[in-house]
This record gives sequence, structure tokens and C-alpha cells, in this order.
Amino acid sequence: MFPIVPTIRRIGLLAVAALALLQGSAQAQLTIEITGAGANRIPVAIAEFGGEASAARIVTSVVRADLERSGLFKMIDTSGAAMTEASTPVYDEWKSRGADALAAGSIGEGADGRKEARFRLYDVNKAGVLGGSAFVTSKPMLRATGHRIADIIYEKLTGEPGIFSTRVAYVVRASASRYELHIADADGQNAQVALISKEPIISPSWSPDGGRLAYVSFENKKPIVYVHSLASGKRIVAANFKGSNSAPAWSPDGRKLAVVLSKDGGSQIFTVNADGSGVQRLTTASAINTEPNFSPDGQYVYFTSDRGGSPQIYRVGVGGGDAQRVSFEGSYNVTPRLSPDGKSMAFISRRDGSFRLSVMDLASKQVQVLTDSHKDESPSFSPNGRMILIATEQGGRGVLSAVSIDGRIKQRLSISAGDVREPAWSPFNK
Amino acid sequence: MKRLLIPAALALLLAACSSTPDSSDKAGGAPVETRGGSGGVTTVTTGGVESRGLPAVLTDPTSILSKRSVYFDFDSYEVKSEYKDLVTAHAKFLTDNRQFKMLIQGNTDERGSREYNLALGQKRADAVRKMLTLLGAREDQLESVSLGEEKPKNEGHDESAWAQNRRGDMLYSGEF
Repeated sequence: MFPIVPTIRRIGLLAVAALALLQGSAQAQLTIEITGAGANRIPVAIAEFGGEASAARIVTSVVRADLERSGLFKMIDTSGAAMTEASTPVYDEWKSRGADALAAGSIGEGADGRKEARFRLYDVNKAGVLGGSAFVTSKPMLRATGHRIADIIYEKLTGEPGIFSTRVAYVVRASASRYELHIADADGQNAQVALISKEPIISPSWSPDGGRLAYVSFENKKPIVYVHSLASGKRIVAANFKGSNSAPAWSPDGRKLAVVLSKDGGSQIFTVNADGSGVQRLTTASAINTEPNFSPDGQYVYFTSDRGGSPQIYRVGVGGGDAQRVSFEGSYNVTPRLSPDGKSMAFISRRDGSFRLSVMDLASKQVQVLTDSHKDESPSFSPNGRMILIATEQGGRGVLSAVSIDGRIKQRLSISAGDVREPAWSPFNK
Repeated sequence: MKRLLIPAALALLLAACSSTPDSSDKAGGAPVETRGGSGGVTTVTTGGVESRGLPAVLTDPTSILSKRSVYFDFDSYEVKSEYKDLVTAHAKFLTDNRQFKMLIQGNTDERGSREYNLALGQKRADAVRKMLTLLGAREDQLESVSLGEEKPKNEGHDESAWAQNRRGDMLYSGEF
């Protein structure tokens, strides 16, 4: 339709990045450092929003920061351009500034103190409108509105959904006796604490509706699986059987969890309903079976097992039956995580003594190692499948890293006040 | 001696309720932002587990029963012969004191996946549990669980630290 989309596709669509560094840093704030960007970035101009100056500044800076730090866009200078969504762009001028796309908007006063954000996106080369939208917002929601606008611009220009409005969960180990489960916006801002515990918290997993997290807590001196509703803080015990209870993974329909239980001896994968009822055993081999992950179509559970002598990745149908081996190269392949389209699998592979994020194309079985780090773990796909968030180590400290699926764009997320670990990227914000 | 088993109670402290975003009024049909970073998460603080007094024979440093740890070789899940006397002493205590229960916590070093290490730690805890059972403790007195790599005794990153972390710990009723 609009020429800009095929043009961008032709120059090679790079991966998307969503996590952006922004001003202001509380002690528990994630700071994000970009260590790589795409080679062919789309030149885009985001004119300073019109209307109330302080609100306009927030929205403009969020939109620009989101797009720029994705690694896919180059910001074109907009100085001297006073325009809003109501202006008629002088396309030739933007063309001469080198912009392929232009966005302009404003923040207006709505009813009872609310604000209204409006914007339009233009294709400079085609001299036409690509899209636009309006949001009723309020002062505390201005950043969220900026993320929404960035998502729309991103999708119009790349053809894929943006992830700027998503969230990330992660665990902060502040000290040996203080663990916190945090939920932050995808740009690292607005970190909120969902759980504080004296004992470790591992393996957070978002429910498909984005409202709950399943995780493993050691608060009772043993691993127990909880399901935690974020808005209310209400927690239910999803699995607390004799022995260990761990590694929760949601089924795509949100009705079940795959969990690992040692109640029958060894570590075996079971499914339970999200309220903890209806326990059914899935694996039977007398070996370690752990780290379950449902395929997006809900038909298979991928998992790690040492049944062949070394830890490798297998898959089994959700109805049980024989497992098929998936990973073959090397002697340590663990933590399978399927991409949202089900076509590839992120996992951790030990290479020369280092644990590295790898991706396998499931059809061809081709494996690509994406990092050169030493202690990668816990991969988690962004909901649009373009980035993988991992925990890794730098200078002896736990940090998070977001890596594009082609390995080119890398962002490091760290926190000044402790180790960060166990990341989980939320589903799309519905 | 009378010692009641206190099941570890979970105390949930619910923090103040979150404010409910208002999505009632829409202007001009435009979507309303109802979920920003400022909304939607209520903080919960977990309860702790109280330690309770134990009979002196389990805590007196001169008693073999005060020793609770069994160390494992790298990539090994078998109780070494040097720990036979220790495990035997605990099995005898459990046999003589049927009202006591024991939680066996398996641990690993930090290398590798957290969840896979949890499963490896379970193998160590299970090895200790099986040995205690063979020596007279009853299954219903024992629970074997894993802490994986999450609770290192030594937080170092070399072999001497890792050797201290490849471990099974025996805890009695009142200690967990």
C-alpha cells in the first residue's frame, strides 16, 4: 500500500528493540545501555508535540527514545519545525532533511482534567498520511501514551507489532536475605515491586493474559510454585507437594501450568490447572525432566532431560507418549523457549565451558550462537519475537541483556543496587 | 521429649490495595489509557519461618548429630563413604525419635541452568533420603527437596567454593 513498508523491508528488516534508557534513576531503576544497533536504520522525524509544553515534552521524548533505542530508527533533527497533527507537512523540506517518515502531534485538554494526545504519521516520499490516532490520557499516563504512539509508528514502519507498551518481570537480589520480584515497563521505567522475600524467587512466568505471574519461591525452605495476581497481590499455591515443586510454564490458553514435581521420585513434568487442581503426569523416563515450555500451538511441551546421558532438549506431545530429541550438538543444551511463531527455539548451550544464548531454527535444525558471554541463562522472547531477554553476568554482577534474534542489536540492563536475574518478558499489553 | 511439628505457616501481608484505573469516560471515541506504569502492581511481603528450639543432642557441637551436611563430588550424586557414620547416626536418631521429621535440602554449585541445577540438587537430597531409609528412618519422617544453586554456603566462584556448595543438608522439625 504505502511504499515505505516494502522499501524498509528491502533494506533488510533488523530486529526490534524495546528497552530504552531514560532520564531519572532511582536506586532500583534498571538502566539500559545500548551496545549494538542495526546497520540500516530508518530515518524518521518526530516533531516536538504541540500543546501543553510539559506534557508534550514527556510524550515526545518517550516516542523518540523508544524508537531510537530499538536500534531500527535514526532520529532526524526537527529543530525549527513547529507543527501538530493538524498541520500540513512541507514534504519537500522533510525530504531534504533526509526523513523517510514524519510524525507530529499535540497534547490537548480533555474533559475533567484529562488530556488528549493526538498524532499523525506521514510517508515523506509518498507525501501522504500513513496513520494516526488519539488517546485520552492523564498526567500519570503520559509515558504509557508515548509508548502506545511509538508502538503504532513502529508497526506502520516495520510491519510488525511494537513492544514498547509491554513489561518485564525480573528478580533483584538486593542481599543474601532480600529478594524482590519487580515489574517494570519495557523501557526499564516505573519498576514496581510485586514480592519481597528473604528467600530466593526463581522462574517467573507470565500468564498469557498478562495479569498473573507463576514463579518458584523458597520462602518455606523448599521450592513451591505460586500464581500471583499482580493487581491485587493475591497469591495461590499452584503446586506444593512433598518434595520440590518448580519450573512453571503456562499453556497458551492460560488454563494449565506445566510444573516439575519430585513427589513420585526424581524430577518429572506434570500439568496442573492454574488453581492447582487436576495434576497429571506428562513424562515417565527415569531421568531428570525439567524446564517445560509449551509450543505456541499448545501441542507440544519442550523440556530438558538427561535421559541420554547429558542434558539435552526434547519434546513430547501434550497428551504424553514418546519424547523426541531436539538438540544434538554439544553436551549441555538446556532451557528451551519457543518463539511466539513457533518456528525457532531459544536455549542455552555450553560451548568451551561458557553458557551462551543460542537459537535453533526448528525446521532446519540450524543453530546460531548469539552471544560471546559466559554465563547466559533464562531466555525469554519479546512477544513480537524480535528480541530475546536473558540474564547474564558482567564484572561479577548479574545483569540482563536483550539480544535481537540476529544477534546484532544488544542492550544491557543493570541495576545499581544488586544482582538482576530471572527475566521474563510480558505478553502484549491488551 | 515433646516437640510439636509446626508446619511452616505462610503469612501474607497484603499491602494497600491498588487504585483501580477509571476507564469510564471516553472522549471522542479515543482509546483511554488505563494501564500505565503507575498502575497495576500490589506489593506482597512473604512471611518468614520461625526457628524453634531443638534438643541439645542435635545442636551440641560435640555430638555427631550437630553435623548436618554431606558433601558431594563434582557431577556426583552418591553419598561418599566418609559420610556413612554421619548418616547412620541421624538414621538412628530418627528411628529412636519417630515424632521427629527431617527436611533434606540438596544443593549444587552455580554453574549452569537454575532449574536444571534444582533437579540435580534433588538427586543429592534423594540420595541422602534413600540412605536414611535403608538405615531405619521411615519415609513419612523424611522429605527431600532441592535448593539448587540458590543458597550457596560459599559465594565464591572457584572450585573450593563450589565444593562447599555441592551439598545435602539435614534439617529437623523446628528448623524448617
